[in-house]
Amino acid sequence: MEFYDRITAFHLDILREIGNIGAGNAATALSKLLNKKIDMKVPDVSLVSFDEMMDMAGGAENVVVSIFFRLEGEVPGSMFFLLPLEQADRFIYQLTGEEGAAPVRYSEIAESALRELGNIMAGSYLSALSDFTSLCLYPSVPYMSIDMAGAVISPGLIETSQVSDFAIVINTELVEDEMTPGTRINGCFFLVPDPGSFQAIFHSLGVYQSE
Amino acid sequence: MSEVKQIIKVGIADLKITETPDSLRTAGLGSCVGVVLYDASSSLAGMAHIMLPDSRMARGRELNLAKYADTALKELLSRLMGQGASSINIRAKIAGGAQMFKFTNPSDSMRIGPRNIEAVKLELERLRVPLIAEDTGGNSGRTIEFDTGSWLLNVRTVNKGSIDL
Repeated sequence: MEFYDRITAFHLDILREIGNIGAGNAATALSKLLNKKIDMKVPDVSLVSFDEMMDMAGGAENVVVSIFFRLEGEVPGSMFFLLPLEQADRFIYQLTGEEGAAPVRYSEIAESALRELGNIMAGSYLSALSDFTSLCLYPSVPYMSIDMAGAVISPGLIETSQVSDFAIVINTELVEDEMTPGTRINGCFFLVPDPGSFQAIFHSLGVYQSE
Repeated sequence: MSEVKQIIKVGIADLKITETPDSLRTAGLGSCVGVVLYDASSSLAGMAHIMLPDSRMARGRELNLAKYADTALKELLSRLMGQGASSINIRAKIAGGAQMFKFTNPSDSMRIGPRNIEAVKLELERLRVPLIAEDTGGNSGRTIEFDTGSWLLNVRTVNKGSIDL
């Protein structure tokens, strides 16, 4: 916990704004890709234990499609685009015309479509973030895994876990047309900057943490 | 000894000990390794959900003993002994240490699953605890539950069903 002591509500607001800009851009990209109205929810920025982070993804055992990017550059960290299985099936159908196969066993073309979708989404999120902060961000190629949330998220916590038992997660959910009741969540982004990255983000925006 | 069987949940970077008839359970092991140490003769068992191989990797002020292979195993062993387990009867079963993503770039230095397995085995050897069964490696997430009646470790995966070790 000690590492995050100096993060104030004001800092969390800044991170929320980053989530806003990033996911807003990604929602626009998805909307164009699917020719559909896509909305985003107000980003949730919180300092959570690793167990709580799995709960945010529906519980450690909840099976999700996870597209993971390791970020290098001035803001090293981990980025996840998480999709519920039903939603992944729908995306695959919309993009390739293939009916959702048995869960967790997709065809090569379906996997590739999902990976590309993740790539477009994360790319638009990160380019917005990079424009806003003028920081260089280099995402890795997209890595995909369909498995229990606990299993697919923990590899992105290796850096954070060496410093703390908590992580700051910038969580943004995308939904199809929020006006209609009972809309389904299209997917969510978890951005988990490495502990050393927060300074860079705040400095780039002219905000300094008090000592 | 408790009358009703409870399932004790072990979180990430967490460890717990219990006695018959309770079960110990941890969910969603990926690159992490779940370790069970038990002494059937004194009806005691403990489980740790280990994230990282070596406590020397720690850069924080406080050390969470349950997070690292070396410290978690020592802590688990000493707590079991504190409850009356005898060191010569303690056995180990382990599961986890998968490679969840197929990393193409070796500089991603994400071989954390295999490193966790190696570290756990090395520490078990150092502590002279025999490893009875394991289900490690691969690329599937695992949920494990240890039953203190049968002393079996149930390992469940999304694709490959469940097995008892």
